[in-house]
Amino acid sequence: METFEKIFQDKIDNEIKIEPKDWMPEAYRKNNIRQISQHAHSEIVGMLPEGNWISRAPTLKRKAILIAKVQDEAGHGLYLYSAAETLGITREKTINDLHSGKAKYSSIFNYPTLTWADMGAIGWLVDGAAILNQVMLTRTSYGPYARAMVRICKEESFHQRQGFDILYTLSKGTAEQKAMCQDAINRWWWPSLMMFGPRDSESTNSDQSIKWKIKRKTNDELRQNFVDMCAMQVKVLGMNLPDEKLKWNETTKQHDWGEINWDEFWNVVKGNGPCNKQRLDARRKAWEEGTWVREAAAAFAEKRKAKAA
Amino acid sequence: MKNYIKKFYYGDIPEDKSGSSDPGNKATHNDWPLWEIFIRSKQGLDHKHAGSLHAADAQMAIENARDVYTRRQEGVSIWVVESKYIHATNPDETGSLYEPANDKVYRYPTFYDLPDEVKHM
Repeated sequence: METFEKIFQDKIDNEIKIEPKDWMPEAYRKNNIRQISQHAHSEIVGMLPEGNWISRAPTLKRKAILIAKVQDEAGHGLYLYSAAETLGITREKTINDLHSGKAKYSSIFNYPTLTWADMGAIGWLVDGAAILNQVMLTRTSYGPYARAMVRICKEESFHQRQGFDILYTLSKGTAEQKAMCQDAINRWWWPSLMMFGPRDSESTNSDQSIKWKIKRKTNDELRQNFVDMCAMQVKVLGMNLPDEKLKWNETTKQHDWGEINWDEFWNVVKGNGPCNKQRLDARRKAWEEGTWVREAAAAFAEKRKAKAA
Repeated sequence: MKNYIKKFYYGDIPEDKSGSSDPGNKATHNDWPLWEIFIRSKQGLDHKHAGSLHAADAQMAIENARDVYTRRQEGVSIWVVESKYIHATNPDETGSLYEPANDKVYRYPTFYDLPDEVKHM
């Protein structure tokens, strides 16, 4: 056992990826299953807030773009579910865990999308935050997860740009459009910061995820990168981030900023966010209403097989 | 094994803090089989493993592979193989399996010292 573990850790330390059939500690397997499937669920549930606006996109161009983006997210969910499956969990179990509420997805998707500007704010802020995390994960130690991330990152930057493009257009528009733009930024800013998870100081234990190189940067490091990035970009929009304490710090060469409402964070994680119930209900409904499709496809495959025989 | 993950990361909310309920075991429906997808990115290149997906049959696997793996013209040809038909080497045997190739340096052109007069070979 000890030798296996040493070989495993040596591989990690030497930047050799872990592949599905390699020996790995049970905790490494479990941690990856949890993280990858939560990530997959986030992609799938993440389609819902945007799906809300497909039929109401302001132009045909915006509609086509939004459909393409949502379709990408379905694809991203699939890459990730497949990666999770290589660790020995069935697709069915993963999906069941989502539908039962056992498995989590990113809390950000439990906030409502009230205006068209929210499509912009989601692309710019939510996808922007996701990209920081995902770029880091292209170097994660588990091979299938890293490969899924490379694929996803290639597609994701279009998501962020189209979001910024929506906001930029609004920011050049009428007074109402500008107000709508600022309002969306106000509502999405803090939840986006929460996407990076609890503060590093919440943990007093040794940092196993970093040691195993599943994660390569801490929550707070990524969050700070995000704040610095957005603080610059928001100026291009001529808008403000809703944080009075946001200020460039010449000494640390990064921005100082305010405090996240952690009660709100845990409340949404625990299922009491504005849309938790609605999102899960929508997923369950989609699964149930798709039953006949799954059954028909299986029956058709049987029939085709019989015919060929 | 004494390694437990205690740190809370993005996309990694631990179960004891998340207020989850255990769904029990209600797996009843049989999953469609898993397929491995190979894509040729352009004429003249080999098919390369792209990923995997579930589908009821080969035709559906090809159609889904098109939707999932070629949304941005990544392929001109798709192979699908049901995963259960893929046989693989065992990583534990890597050492002994590939060992015979290790000590045959004469298989490489650099093993041979050619006289300088031979310009290109």
